Amino acid sequence: MISKERASRIYLTMHRIRGFEEQVVSLFESNKLRGSVHLCIGQEAIAATVCSNLTEKDYITSTHRGHGHCIAKGARLDYAMAELMGKATGYCKGRGGSMHIADFETGNLGANAIVGGGIPIAVGAALASKMQKRKEVAVSFFGDGASNEGIFHEALNLASLWKVPVIFVCENNGYGISVPAWQSTSVEDISVRAVSYNMPGVTVDGNDVEAIDEAFRAALERARAGEGPTLIECKTYRWLGHWTGDPQPYRTREEIESWKEKCPIKRYGEKLLEQGFTAEELEQLSQQAKKEVEEAVDFALNSPLPDEGKILEDVFYEEA
Amino acid sequence: MSKKTYAIAIRDVIAQEMRRDENVFIMGEDIEILGGIFGCTRDLYKEFGTERVRNTPISEAGFIGAGLGAACAGMRPIVELMYMDFTLVAMDQIINQVAKTRYIFGGRAKIPLVIRGQQGIGRGNAATHSQSMETIFMHFPGLKVACPSTPQDAAGLLRTAIRDDNPVMFFEHKALYADKGEVNDDPEFMLPFGKADIKREGTDVTIVANLLYVKRALEAAKELESIGISAEVIDPMTLVPFDKETVVNSVKKTGRLVVVHEAHRNAGWGAEVAAMVTEEAFRYLDAPPLRLGALACPLPFALNLENAATPQVADIVQAARQVCYR
Ligand SMILES: Cc1ncc(C[n+]2csc(CCOP(=O)(O)OP(=O)(O)O)c2C)c(N)n1
Ligand SMILES: [Mg+2]
Repeated sequence: MISKERASRIYLTMHRIRGFEEQVVSLFESNKLRGSVHLCIGQEAIAATVCSNLTEKDYITSTHRGHGHCIAKGARLDYAMAELMGKATGYCKGRGGSMHIADFETGNLGANAIVGGGIPIAVGAALASKMQKRKEVAVSFFGDGASNEGIFHEALNLASLWKVPVIFVCENNGYGISVPAWQSTSVEDISVRAVSYNMPGVTVDGNDVEAIDEAFRAALERARAGEGPTLIECKTYRWLGHWTGDPQPYRTREEIESWKEKCPIKRYGEKLLEQGFTAEELEQLSQQAKKEVEEAVDFALNSPLPDEGKILEDVFYEEA
Repeated sequence: MSKKTYAIAIRDVIAQEMRRDENVFIMGEDIEILGGIFGCTRDLYKEFGTERVRNTPISEAGFIGAGLGAACAGMRPIVELMYMDFTLVAMDQIINQVAKTRYIFGGRAKIPLVIRGQQGIGRGNAATHSQSMETIFMHFPGLKVACPSTPQDAAGLLRTAIRDDNPVMFFEHKALYADKGEVNDDPEFMLPFGKADIKREGTDVTIVANLLYVKRALEAAKELESIGISAEVIDPMTLVPFDKETVVNSVKKTGRLVVVHEAHRNAGWGAEVAAMVTEEAFRYLDAPPLRLGALACPLPFALNLENAATPQVADIVQAARQVCYR
């Protein structure tokens, strides 16, 4: 069961992510933001639900489509937006941008522009937690396409072998850019790949908060009990192009519209009304998110550019 | 001749070569219906089908290795990497397998394999998607390395690469794809490997540059002319094999050398050229050779930082003035 407090947190987080990304689109279109931005609109339930079960001390590794993970794990919207705009006040001093954003203070070990790149890093974070006898877990988010990289297979084997507290969360949105999963992936359900690595694998509706939550809590319990990793596949869909301006010749308008019907935010809102939330409560949460996003945009727009004189700082750690 | 973009010049050569030889095929990520993210394979699947214009999963080590195997077994694969940065996830297959197979197996294998894709700055792709990779592949023997800077060069060098029975690393630049130029449409038009192109003749300083930096060096040459310095701009075209003769002869004439590239300056290929020229033309030099390249930090995202990290036209002008003591 999802407590009332956690339910409203999940709902708020989903709105934060959606609102943040809607602003990213319009900033991009008005040339105030550049680079590679990949939006997770339509997939918000996964990050929001998974991270509602984590503390700031737990770890995540994320992907090129990482704004949702970053926000759900507790990042401030203003510093995140500033990073996307390449400002000095951004989480990574403007050096990383959308594809390389991290917030080590909230346990986010980074977005990752290399498909599959974050998966073994989560295994390592979980290993550290285990070696130091801490209770933190690590979660690795990645796409369906990433499960075709060799590194995915190596990471799952390591995690199972070492029984480390890591949870692999595959966001299967049916495509890797233009390539449909059926054309790139030898299995229909990526969760069956868990069998090869002797760990449980489950597939859930990735637009259904409660289904994700149930699967994730079972995996979390297993991880915390020292029983090792789990692979959770969340079936979902990205509403927007792979990049801003993607002509999307690889899918139909009808397909996109049919998935918009399954909007995770709308669906969860309806569930919450059934469970006794009032419409006013929900409205208040979405308004709160909207306000935070607006403030974040203002903050980012008014932030200074990074100082070119510091460009060579941080290549190496140096004693102060 | 016809006027076309760098991207279309590449696409047209791939199509012509696939028509000419049915063993030529191309594979890579998103190359079918999307036509590659820069359109270098646009619509090719319509003519050649999805067997020969083959979408791959996101499995770079796997499909580069498969390219090697197919080449050993009689095909002539072209492997497209969406970003040349992704060579890094396939490095064992490229360096330990592709580069070494012919030599270590006693010269018995022929490896007509092209690994091509784009790299570089210009689109705010940041650290892992903006790197210049060519230097690394020059270090390990067994790979040819081509770097076209114009549509015509892209066409001529790519055809040579596809017909070569050796593995070729073919580096395109994302900021050049939209550039237009006259291209020779003759289906036999080839530019030889190991032959540098003097893009501009001059007498006071030799500037050697590749890819995007050929353009920038030419811009610098124009500015230098206005202050009375005549710069010769040389594009090596291929870094392996390298046309030492053209560069050395130029320096014998000018007495001065500046090498500029987008790859990191530290241990970049400019160092190799500077050393080569120092060995071969030491007594002709009137100033120490200078190297310009990206600073020794990962390429930062913010545009002002990206510019600060990479040589600008003004830096090239400044370097040329310095070696000319002006
Ligand atoms: C190693 C590597 N190969 C290719 C790419 C280019 N690329 C970026 S995102 C992407 C698709 C990823 O698909 P998936 O893992 O399903 O994630 P999604 O984008 O659908 O969220 C590709 C091919 C990359 N960034 N890194
Ligand atoms: Mg996907």
